[in-house]
Amino acid sequence: MNDRHDVIVIGAGANGLAAAATLGRAGLAVIVLEQSGAVGGLQRTVEFAPGFHATPTAADDGWLPPAMARDLGLGVPVRTIPDIPLTVALAPGDVLPLARESRAAAEAIRRHSARDAATWPAFTAQLHKLAGFLAVLYQRPAPDIATTGLRDLASLLRVALGLRALGRADMAEFLRIVPMSVRELLDDRFECEALKAAVAAGAVRDLRQGPRSGGTGFVLLHYLVGAAPGSVRDRGYCRDGPETCVAALDALARRNGVTIRTDTAVSRILVRDDAVTGVALASGAEVSAPRVLSTADPAATFLGLVDPVWLDPELLHAVRNIKFRGAAAVVLYALDSLPQRGGLPAASLAGVVTLTPQLDALERAADAAKYGNVSEHPHVEISAPSIRWPAVAPPGKHVVVARVQYAPHCLKDGNGWDGARREALADRVSHLIDTAVPGFLDRVLHRAMFTPADFEARYGVTEGALTHGELTLDQVLFMRPIPGLAHYATPLTGLYLGGAGTHPGPGVMGGGGWLAARRLLQDGTGP
Amino acid sequence: MTLVLKTTPFHPRTAPLVRAQTWRRWAGYQVASAYDPHPDREYAAIRNAAALLDVSPLRKYRIAGPDAVRLLDRLVTRDVTRCAVGQVLYTPWCDARGKVLDDGTLSRLDERTFRLTSAEPNLRWLTMSAAGMDVTIEDVSEHTAALALQGPLARAILATVSPADLGALRYFRLLHSTVRGIPVTISRTGYTGDLGYELWVDADGALPLWDALVEAGAPYGITPAGIWALDLARIEAGLVMIDVDYFSAHHALIPDQLSSPFELGLGWTVSPDKGPFTGRRALRDERARGRMWAFVGLGIDWDSLERLYRQRGLPPQLPPIAWRGSAPVLVNGRQVGYATSGCWSPLLKRYLALAHVTAAHAERGTGVELELTVEHRRQRADAVVTPLPFLDLERKRA
Repeated sequence: MNDRHDVIVIGAGANGLAAAATLGRAGLAVIVLEQSGAVGGLQRTVEFAPGFHATPTAADDGWLPPAMARDLGLGVPVRTIPDIPLTVALAPGDVLPLARESRAAAEAIRRHSARDAATWPAFTAQLHKLAGFLAVLYQRPAPDIATTGLRDLASLLRVALGLRALGRADMAEFLRIVPMSVRELLDDRFECEALKAAVAAGAVRDLRQGPRSGGTGFVLLHYLVGAAPGSVRDRGYCRDGPETCVAALDALARRNGVTIRTDTAVSRILVRDDAVTGVALASGAEVSAPRVLSTADPAATFLGLVDPVWLDPELLHAVRNIKFRGAAAVVLYALDSLPQRGGLPAASLAGVVTLTPQLDALERAADAAKYGNVSEHPHVEISAPSIRWPAVAPPGKHVVVARVQYAPHCLKDGNGWDGARREALADRVSHLIDTAVPGFLDRVLHRAMFTPADFEARYGVTEGALTHGELTLDQVLFMRPIPGLAHYATPLTGLYLGGAGTHPGPGVMGGGGWLAARRLLQDGTGP
Repeated sequence: MTLVLKTTPFHPRTAPLVRAQTWRRWAGYQVASAYDPHPDREYAAIRNAAALLDVSPLRKYRIAGPDAVRLLDRLVTRDVTRCAVGQVLYTPWCDARGKVLDDGTLSRLDERTFRLTSAEPNLRWLTMSAAGMDVTIEDVSEHTAALALQGPLARAILATVSPADLGALRYFRLLHSTVRGIPVTISRTGYTGDLGYELWVDADGALPLWDALVEAGAPYGITPAGIWALDLARIEAGLVMIDVDYFSAHHALIPDQLSSPFELGLGWTVSPDKGPFTGRRALRDERARGRMWAFVGLGIDWDSLERLYRQRGLPPQLPPIAWRGSAPVLVNGRQVGYATSGCWSPLLKRYLALAHVTAAHAERGTGVELELTVEHRRQRADAVVTPLPFLDLERKRA
């Protein structure tokens, strides 16, 4: 541990590993310090019941930026795209499957609205195209509006046009949709409530707001970057298992000579004369290095690890005002078997099944969180990863993962996320699933509940926000995490931010870490 | 809503004395510009006897706790870790760009307790700077009254009413004592460049304190004085005034309105090698690079002033009170700066101004021109860069 290190990377999630791999390849001596017992960060699976494995964050497999993979020579894990990425449970035994193949989806939609069925293929094609433009933005540092003004953005827009990523009409549509509420976006095009609710649920993911909030149009596109054409949810799954992406990054980092130390929590970033000198560990030991790249969220980094005397009070104030607002909970179920009669088709459970067929129900669920309460009728979506990866459960048995919104971190009253409140929410979720899938409860062998408070304790994410900073429009691109810090370097010499709290943000596997490492290399690594 | 100015705890005594109703606004308070229609007598008291000035509108913050030193050391440019109990530091404080936000005095009342005075409200900045520290910040502006007793006879007067060992109280030190039984903190400080004290008292004790001093001071010629007199004294003493000679970085609209301590003649207050403080990096850079601007004194040449008035058939006319504004400063017809305060010094018998000039023209003895309006016409008087303070009295420190 007392060896000479050029860079310390804090956190061995996708971003930390990508950063380390990038820096290691440049010949730097890199050590990654991870507080938990294994690499993987938010993607890591745990054995939540004997023989049953799942990711407590219910993270999907995200999007691995192709430019990063090319740059690092990373073998891109093979992905399987579910035939039916998203299904709406309407009533027991009655579902609306939104197949990836848009004619098949249109066929299912036609049962509810012929007009919507006709609109659907063009709608998904447009989402795909617009998300593709975000993908361009997400593989380079955010445009630097603060210093070069709008010229930079204009040149970027020209790049996009030049790349034929978007035509002029598409660009206009992009600029219109980004600040829109997803509800307005959907009301514009569709009449079928269940269809709208299904699409909208993807636009409020990990947000404390509902589908009527401005900027949810952007969130919808954000989580569709890298999605297969026709899919309105998630980016597919790694064929070889839930942790394949981080395992690939881990292997690459080690190949590039990176040292990775788990069970090593950083308690402080050491600073002398406005420059980083290393870190202090929870164990009391110190590790020296002239550079530290933190993939902890911006608040955890600046407010938790750095002595405030080294930082501008205005900057700290801005960091304190970052909206984190974790609002999602996860319940993991170990199942003896999947209910057959009245149950959901396995093809649906291989993807995501949403139990909220009404847009207003989604909004009402969000209303509760707005006032610091847990939703009376939370939005729940479930998936059975054991269908995709049988190895996560004992033979013949299954894992069902339920994402639950809204379960805000900051509660108005009571004792916070105490045992009673946790159990009450888990019971409510179980009941909702059992209503949609009769016989579900009888098959549950075990369940594990994770609230934002648990996420905060387990992963160190501020306010239990898996996003490292809510994806509101004022906290994305050149404003992520805050204006002036969007380019990974910080006012402290040698300190870099590279987690999901930086551009491009959550769900982009390694994107922030990779770009931060490149910035570090660009700044030079001389003494 | 009607704007109602607050009154200070001394108002019941000062109000009947303001014969010409020459009130002014200071930090939201109503205070006397002068008690007489003209400040001559009040100024004379500052320099020849003793003047009593109500300075209660100053903002006052009580900062206490285990991290008080850590907070203040990160806040101000001076080294607070070396401030002894009972010591007072005059200091500016800066934003991260090294531009001055405000200036004031920092008094170490005991090991863990300080009082910071400022011209502007600073609670937000203090609170922001204290994030993550174990310290309490209390705005005690309302219930702490302050009186400045300034002038060569100030010590003699105070000695008749206070048991404090004033002879041992050095310049920029303080002690806790009483005045006729009223608990006061006495600091050997002031804004006049003269021998003097500032007395800090609980608002309840304000009137008895005033009465005691006025009574005891009568044989010594104690004179209540207003801001006009103070302004003359502080220009002679070369002391900057916020919103007159510089603007807080909080309020600057353009970069040109920002000033660093080096640009305000306060380079001596910057300890760039002490522990971390807000603006340190920028100030280190500025020190290495050299300042762009300097804050200097200008002595206006009497003969050239006389000539300008003679051309209009007039004898030289002098400002009866200090002016605040902006007057261009030129060299060879090109503007190199601007003066922000000016006055006729009754003691030095010279027309003085405080000015910002580019660093290249800050050398003592540099000849410049100051733009003045002479009988409705813009004219230029000769002036010479003069080191500050114009007036450096030995008794100030004695």
